[in-house]
Amino acid sequence: MSELTVEIDILRYRPELDSEPFTQTFEVPYTPELSVLEALQYIKDHLDSSISFRWSCRMAICGSCGMMVNGVPKLGCKVFLRDYYPKKVSLEPLANFPIERDLVVVMDDFIQKLESVKPYIIPGENKCLSEGPYQQTPEQMAKYKQYSMCINCGLCYAACPQYALDKKFTGPAALALLARYNRDSRDNGEAQRMKIVNQEEGVWGCTFVGYCSVVCPKDVDPAAAIQLLKVESSKDYLIGMFKPD
Amino acid sequence: MSKRNPYIRKLPMDWWMKQLFYTKYMIREGSSVFVTLYSLILAWGVFRLSQGEVAFNGWLDALQSPFAILLHIIMLILALYHTITWFSLAPKAADLWVKGKKLDEKVIIAAHYCTFVVVTVFCLLIITL
Repeated sequence: MSELTVEIDILRYRPELDSEPFTQTFEVPYTPELSVLEALQYIKDHLDSSISFRWSCRMAICGSCGMMVNGVPKLGCKVFLRDYYPKKVSLEPLANFPIERDLVVVMDDFIQKLESVKPYIIPGENKCLSEGPYQQTPEQMAKYKQYSMCINCGLCYAACPQYALDKKFTGPAALALLARYNRDSRDNGEAQRMKIVNQEEGVWGCTFVGYCSVVCPKDVDPAAAIQLLKVESSKDYLIGMFKPD
Repeated sequence: MSKRNPYIRKLPMDWWMKQLFYTKYMIREGSSVFVTLYSLILAWGVFRLSQGEVAFNGWLDALQSPFAILLHIIMLILALYHTITWFSLAPKAADLWVKGKKLDEKVIIAAHYCTFVVVTVFCLLIITL
């Protein structure tokens, strides 16, 4: 019996050799349980060792293997060849990011944006260690838990046309992270973060396309985080009109 | 020496045609142009009403033309499309908690449709009575 195979197109770019990316096709033995990431590992081990891609955990936790699979941002480890077989699978580096090499993208801008939203708890008053931890009820935790599930894979940025059009836009994951801290009962840094939220590059750069929430592998729903921040930003503006500080 | 040379891909003009989700989004956004057009036609009618019966009847007659009817059908379809897509997105902008649990999305969407029906019936009653 002949072995079943599947064709995989990979957009390749080798900065020391190529002036622009090109597509290379590989033929990989097909099994229904093979993930796209495992197919890439097969290619690297058996067909072309020069191919570059990021990966680590193989179970949708590390957020390293984000890539465009047939034009849709996905985690390579969470998408399977059986979802496309017998059709061809096309792999490209995450959209809206510069290509470093093959499927590896430059994520510096994304990381810088995550850092820019003050993603840490800013306590109102510093408690002494002897006073014990900052406590929280399950209900208070439920208010932000969903937004804390982000694995920084960058799929939402690859899905966001607003980020594609204007790289100044803070973007879905960073704003969801901001919401995560603003909604935390132990945090008191809302006033500082609202300055970031209220900007044109903040929540108002979002036109509610909503695709970020569709592609999110962790159901973080950044689109919801941003719309709720728009409500907060509007309230902030109205209050500021009567009570400027 | 570093051989780094990050490659920046250009966003094609037809980016919104390549993914059905983006196309639907562009139709949703584009529908607002037709909704605006309809409000302008309606506002023009109110303006003609202020000028007297003859002017208002002239406006009514103008709306009977096949072009006006076709335009209104298009505007109605797009307004409905805008409404349906907007209602389905509404839960994302609502942060309602009842007894420590977030309100189900379906409840928020259903509430929007109920309000829509009530307002429509109310408006129809005002117009016809």
